[in-house]
Amino acid sequence: MSYQRPPVMIKGVKDGLILKLDDQCSYDELIKALKNKLAERRHHYLDGPLVSVKVVCGNRFLNEKQREEIQSVIRSEQKLFVAEIESNVMTKEECETRLKQAQLKEVVQIVRSGQILHIEGDVLLIGDVNPGGKIIAGGNIYILGALRGTAHAGYGGATDKVIAASLMKPTQLMIGDVMNRPPDQPDEEPHYMECAFYDPDQDQIVIDRLQSYFRKNSVENKMLLEGVKQAWGKQ
Amino acid sequence: MGEAIVITSGKGGVGKTTTTANIGTALALQGKKVCLVDTDIGLRNLDVIMGLENRIIYDLVDVVEGRCRLNQTFITDKRFDCLKLVPAAQSKDKSAVEPGQLKNIIDELKHDFDYVLIDCPAGIERGFKNAIAGADKAIVVTTPEKSAVRDADRIIGLLEQESHIEPPKLIINRVRNHMMKSGAMLEIDEILDVLAIDLLGIVIDDEEVIAAANKGEPIALNPNSKASLAYRNIGRRILGESVPLMSLEENKGFFTRMKKLLGMR
Repeated sequence: MSYQRPPVMIKGVKDGLILKLDDQCSYDELIKALKNKLAERRHHYLDGPLVSVKVVCGNRFLNEKQREEIQSVIRSEQKLFVAEIESNVMTKEECETRLKQAQLKEVVQIVRSGQILHIEGDVLLIGDVNPGGKIIAGGNIYILGALRGTAHAGYGGATDKVIAASLMKPTQLMIGDVMNRPPDQPDEEPHYMECAFYDPDQDQIVIDRLQSYFRKNSVENKMLLEGVKQAWGKQ
Repeated sequence: MGEAIVITSGKGGVGKTTTTANIGTALALQGKKVCLVDTDIGLRNLDVIMGLENRIIYDLVDVVEGRCRLNQTFITDKRFDCLKLVPAAQSKDKSAVEPGQLKNIIDELKHDFDYVLIDCPAGIERGFKNAIAGADKAIVVTTPEKSAVRDADRIIGLLEQESHIEPPKLIINRVRNHMMKSGAMLEIDEILDVLAIDLLGIVIDDEEVIAAANKGEPIALNPNSKASLAYRNIGRRILGESVPLMSLEENKGFFTRMKKLLGMR
């Protein structure tokens, strides 16, 4: 008989434990081994602080129920909590939704009054959004045309998304869960090539040229870098 | 085999029925065989504007419910033999007819006529769905008002989802003369910018239109009115001629014209 790896391996790292679960044995076997392993090591961490656990399950696919079971087994040891469960595999469905969220989708259409265009990821709309029409995207919204209706970027809560339009004349703007609308007395000047983004300093959506959004962000990044460098220097 | 054109707007009171009557008359003036179909069941008006109210014996619902043949409902116009009207019922409502039934009726009419003009009721519900069921083309009527343009946009969106209908065309109705003078032409550009469909014609707001409708004579019969000319031009554009848009400016005096010619303004 060849040498068999134990179904559960525990590795201690700086910020907790890593539980490596074998991906070849049966699930029942795995759970049994997990319970045993945790029980025999119980005295190691019983009187220490709370320990975070990262579960690595290799090429095994765990469904929702199985994930919960593993979590509850680990949690039943009093000082342990599950920080994350990592797996190399995912369902095709999940993969497709992830793919959709990461894509830039091109749409050629006039979104007319009463119509709603809903895209999972980023959207490049070639056409207009008319008053009464609505464009919703999980990611960024870029419009080659006029935005006269409602636009909602970062649908689901992400506030780091932007809305850019060739002609910015919106009814209403939403980014993440922040809403804004233009002032009641609109200025007569047309607004070409502008971009709406969430400004955390003002806690509201502001409209500016697209360039200034990136400039602002790069400045923030620079400051962050400086901070990190200083921290390193002190060490 | 003729073609069926639905005339619609979404919003009420922008002049769908008047437009239907006048385009029908304009096409009849060109010698085409035209049938007007009123699908506004329960609130029929087309017969009144055509001045044919007193001749109705059978209506659309009678055909659907099998009380008469389709050609028994035809009312021949007072002025043109080639212009017929299929009236709507007044005592029922929109639910008396289903889209499929109306489509069959329109298909039958297309065999006998060059143009079947369908007068659509306001709204986007059953009546609208009935009216567009058999149409091949669509004309959207709007006025230079924000609310009418908004509704037209909604209607265009709905029409674009119907694969059997060609991209709709636009008529801007009730354009005020004095608005034109005060640079309201820009407003028309703005409407076209938002709706982004082909313009079929502009009709100025003319008191004579209402007066003529009250008399039961479509304005298109009167060659001296600007609105009449606009409708006749629309008719010619439907027939495929390319007719330039009429100048909406009032006739100016000789000197003004002369100054303009010399670039003096």
